[in-house]
Amino acid sequence: MTALTKPFRRRLLGRRRAEPEAAQPERTDADTALPEQAPVEIAANDPLLAYFQSASEAVDIDGLELDSPALRELKAAGVKLAVPLVSQGELIGVLNLGPRLSEQDYSSDDRKLLDNLAAQAAPALRVGQLVREQEAEAATRQRFEQELEVARLIQQHFLPKELPDLPGWQVAAYYRPAREVGGDFYDVIPLPDGRVGFVVGDVTDKGVPAALVMSATRSVLRASAQRLIEPGIVLERVNEHLFPDMPEKMFVTCLYGVLDPATGHLRFANAGHDLPYVKTAHGLVELRARGMPLGLMSGMAYEEKEATLDPGDSVLLHSDGVVEAHDPQRNMFGFPRLKETMAGVPGGQALIDRVLSELEAFTGPDAEQEDDITMVTLQRSLGASRAAAANGRVLAEFELSSAPGNERQAVDGVERAVAEIGLGSPRLDRLKTAVAEATMNAMEHGNEYRADRPVSIRVLHSPDRLRVQVTDQGDAGELPHPETPDLKAKLEGRQKPRGWGLFLIEKMVDETRVTSEGGVHTLELALRLEGVGDGDE
Amino acid sequence: MATSELQAVVRERDGVAVIDLTGEVNASAEEALNDAYAAATAGGGGSVVLNFEHADYINSTGIALIVGLLAQARKNGIEVKAFGLSDHYREIFEITRLADFMTIADNEDHAVNGAERSKDA
Repeated sequence: MTALTKPFRRRLLGRRRAEPEAAQPERTDADTALPEQAPVEIAANDPLLAYFQSASEAVDIDGLELDSPALRELKAAGVKLAVPLVSQGELIGVLNLGPRLSEQDYSSDDRKLLDNLAAQAAPALRVGQLVREQEAEAATRQRFEQELEVARLIQQHFLPKELPDLPGWQVAAYYRPAREVGGDFYDVIPLPDGRVGFVVGDVTDKGVPAALVMSATRSVLRASAQRLIEPGIVLERVNEHLFPDMPEKMFVTCLYGVLDPATGHLRFANAGHDLPYVKTAHGLVELRARGMPLGLMSGMAYEEKEATLDPGDSVLLHSDGVVEAHDPQRNMFGFPRLKETMAGVPGGQALIDRVLSELEAFTGPDAEQEDDITMVTLQRSLGASRAAAANGRVLAEFELSSAPGNERQAVDGVERAVAEIGLGSPRLDRLKTAVAEATMNAMEHGNEYRADRPVSIRVLHSPDRLRVQVTDQGDAGELPHPETPDLKAKLEGRQKPRGWGLFLIEKMVDETRVTSEGGVHTLELALRLEGVGDGDE
Repeated sequence: MATSELQAVVRERDGVAVIDLTGEVNASAEEALNDAYAAATAGGGGSVVLNFEHADYINSTGIALIVGLLAQARKNGIEVKAFGLSDHYREIFEITRLADFMTIADNEDHAVNGAERSKDA
């Protein structure tokens, strides 16, 4: 506040000082004829300041004897009378007057008038100063808010727009920036061979600088992840890229893991980030791997570890905004509380929801969030394992693109795969028709014949069953359940000629089952194999 | 994958229009099948015989096309017969009850002669 009032005071002094000169007889036009004189600055340690501040009336400058540079300046400028403007004990300005036009001294009436004027002017001037101060503060605040908005936009732009559908897995993520946007980020990177990279990171600092470093880290990580396989090498490479341009006192903590969804195998490396937890059937496990944060030092190596996520296991990747949240008594939420929370929920979105509600109960509902909060959960479905055990050996697994006629590829692939079982011709023909129809359904209804949405086919053989699983990538919701076709009604125009697909499938195989998980639909066709020798029933 | 588009050729055998179907009876067969049916019935005959001997693949869309053709024929008072179906597709014609609304003959002679007979009757 002192810094803001000072220039104002200085301007006031300068302007007032010109006025007595405007009254000089030889002056004709004050503003144009005379150059503006330099304002008189009263230094904080100048005795004149204390004198004016405590003066209760107009002060005769000529009669004043003080060792004061400001006083000497005033005398030199021809100021005869100074009227301090004091508001609430603070000197906020001075009215400086030169000699009277009549060249007589100021009368006691003049002084009384000036004192009255000062008493009125001082509070009015103070109000004016306060208004200016507030305007300046508001402008600063607005600039700050705009900067936060920019930081938020950068941050949001670089977070994944959607999470991948991994059959047999539930992936969920949560990100909520603090008001002063921190540098949290997470990413999910599809890799060759169906593997998926998972990233959770945190840039020190807040606002735009943190957001910019976050976006750079994410880009370098994405690029490196595509070229390199080992997570430790990826972090090493990212560190080398970031280090030269990293602003002073900034660094990035980051956990990077590569998951093979088919096997549950996870390889991970950690650049100083909070350890992820895995909830297993045998309790909670920390995924430990050593490494320095990114961008601090060149030539860092990152320890690489491996873990296998069994069906039912659930991983939580998180940022320090969770464990470092405080309650009103300044106690930290802490790792033990997070572990305890995790033990009570299976995982996935339910785990995120539970942590958030525990956090809110801990900090109090109206507490301002101190730091960004980021959580990513990966949960391997239990169902996948049971199905895998029951399904037996995989005879074939392949994909085909959704285009008219491609169901023949599915038929040929399945026919080759089941050759070793020696199905007799009627059953094989029926299976082929069912596979063709199921594939057409998946391409048309599930994938809407979009080339970028493949149909995957899996052929499984167990002692009692042959199963063909046809999976689409559709997110269109439920598969249509057409009415049972009635040929008479069709011939009489009461039903459309089409709608034979599912009907045929059900007639061609012994069992059918539709499962929907994570936005994909799987139609499973099964033939019972008990007591089947030559393929005839 | 390239699909072998259906060839539907109309010929006359003993005064009966026979449509020889070669290739796949699927969505892409619609035009060929409709054109052949129009040509086969242009002469005003009372029956049409579909030859499936060289139709190596029939899917549900193909079934729908045959249903459409059959509905058209019933409107025009034309009898539809078929022969040359493999055991598997014969089963499908039975499951879908197509076999209830069109005669499935064992061979061309039976289809044509049967058609002749039904025409005479």
